[in-house]
Amino acid sequence: MKLYEKAKILRSKNSGPFEVTLDILFDNQLDYEDVKNSGKVTKEAIAKAYNIALTDIHHFVFFDQAYGIKITIARKISSGSPGDRDVYGAQQHAPLMNIDV
Amino acid sequence: MKEINILSPCGMLGYGFPIESFERAFQEHQVDGIVVDAGSTDAGPHKLGANVSIVSRMALKKDLVNMIQKGLHYKIPVIIGSAGGAGAKTHVEHTIEVIKEILEEMNVHAKIGVIWADFTQQEIITAVEEERIVSLSPNIPPLTVEAIRKTNTIVAQMGHEPILEALERNCDIIICGRSYDPSPFAALGIYHGMDGGLSYHLGKILECGALCAMPGTTKDCILGTLKADSFTIQALNPIRTCTPTSVAAHTFYEKEHPFILHGPGFTLNLENCTFTDIGNGVVEVKNSQFIKDDVYRIKLEGASKVAYRTFVLAGIRDPLLIAQLDEVEQEVLHQVQTYFSEINPADYQVNFYHYGRNGVLGEQEPELFTGHEIGLMFEVLAQSQEIANAICANVRSTYLHYGYKNRKSSAGNLAFPFAPSDVEFGPVYEFSIYHLMEIQNSPFQLDVMEV
Repeated sequence: MKLYEKAKILRSKNSGPFEVTLDILFDNQLDYEDVKNSGKVTKEAIAKAYNIALTDIHHFVFFDQAYGIKITIARKISSGSPGDRDVYGAQQHAPLMNIDV
Repeated sequence: MKEINILSPCGMLGYGFPIESFERAFQEHQVDGIVVDAGSTDAGPHKLGANVSIVSRMALKKDLVNMIQKGLHYKIPVIIGSAGGAGAKTHVEHTIEVIKEILEEMNVHAKIGVIWADFTQQEIITAVEEERIVSLSPNIPPLTVEAIRKTNTIVAQMGHEPILEALERNCDIIICGRSYDPSPFAALGIYHGMDGGLSYHLGKILECGALCAMPGTTKDCILGTLKADSFTIQALNPIRTCTPTSVAAHTFYEKEHPFILHGPGFTLNLENCTFTDIGNGVVEVKNSQFIKDDVYRIKLEGASKVAYRTFVLAGIRDPLLIAQLDEVEQEVLHQVQTYFSEINPADYQVNFYHYGRNGVLGEQEPELFTGHEIGLMFEVLAQSQEIANAICANVRSTYLHYGYKNRKSSAGNLAFPFAPSDVEFGPVYEFSIYHLMEIQNSPFQLDVMEV
């Protein structure tokens, strides 16, 4: 199963102009625990999906109360600067969608 | 202990809200204050750099009229966070002007508190020299005096303290310059003796309007209620409801960490929070923990002008050209550089964006391109508008007529949707300051005026 089929919300947004934060949210504990325990959504998997170094991942945290996973990565170009392609960082979640879980 | 009801009409002042939701708050509850956030850095550095607003003057006034009317009628404070978008002097002055106009039209008087959040270059240079400045995240370079000198507008995010002072001085309307988004909400709670952790956590949720509800939106009202050891949150529009998951999930919206939130002078630890449905779409939150930092730091924001831009939008449908796009563009660039041999290529930059192929993700796009059409955008960035225009026009004409290998369509390579094709954009900014500054005393000045 692909991650997008299991998650209720898969989104990206700026967390300040220098970081993009990715939220993966589930609408039930079962799906959340499944993905959390699958070992497929890891720092390494994110680095691979985004073709970035592990050190570019500033946070990778499971938040049980919200059935959510949060990943915050460094922007290569700050929001709205020349060369930036996504000022709000709102379409950076797509590479997560096809991770097999 | 008294309960404190805080009404957040919308996620951004000027975004608008259904008047029925707004009225319901007053019909069904005793509202203790109307607080609205007006700021964001989401739209990039342009608002701060160019000193312009996010919303139109008309929209700003439309929202404010309702808020001021109710605030004055019920004698409860109306607080505006990060006035005008970026919260710098020009933005704050613009908001004051609109509010004065409203008061005049309503033929009423009010006590207005204005809290400024601007900093001079020299103040920041001194802080750098005193080693009071650190980068906010590892990918932000250390702040240099040179970068500060290039930055025209500098603001910092205020905490609740100066807003508290304005409340203590009984201001009817409080206009804050750049503020940490939850601070104006938290200030009202703290003013009424409520817990700092709960007040700030509630502020974090309220500042986006009804975005924490299902279905979520920034364009609707939400009500937060602070109690002795919890707060509750509820939608004011019957089409929306709050759930423990929607509120918990919103807690980490736009933040870099799900439960450790840094604010001015403190850290909020939400790891042990509980989110409970207590019926009728009301969600109760407990255990939000406020931890005072050893060192009080505020977040600085500064934008500087880095270039001028001219851009062109066009479509490409010819499969022979799509198949050799990169080679063609390289050759186009080469011809442009040769023609403008008197201009150093380091003084300008030409960027091509290919929508349909990798327009959004650029080099990070994992999918292989299989389309039959490309949305092309190219921009020229240069040190003056004149140079940007001149080079862009040359890129456009060279690209349009470039005779690539095996070309059949010798009449032209680009389908322009607009005439003229070249769009003069104006100055382009970047966040040149996004750092934390250590402070001893509050640098935010409060002015109180009777209008």
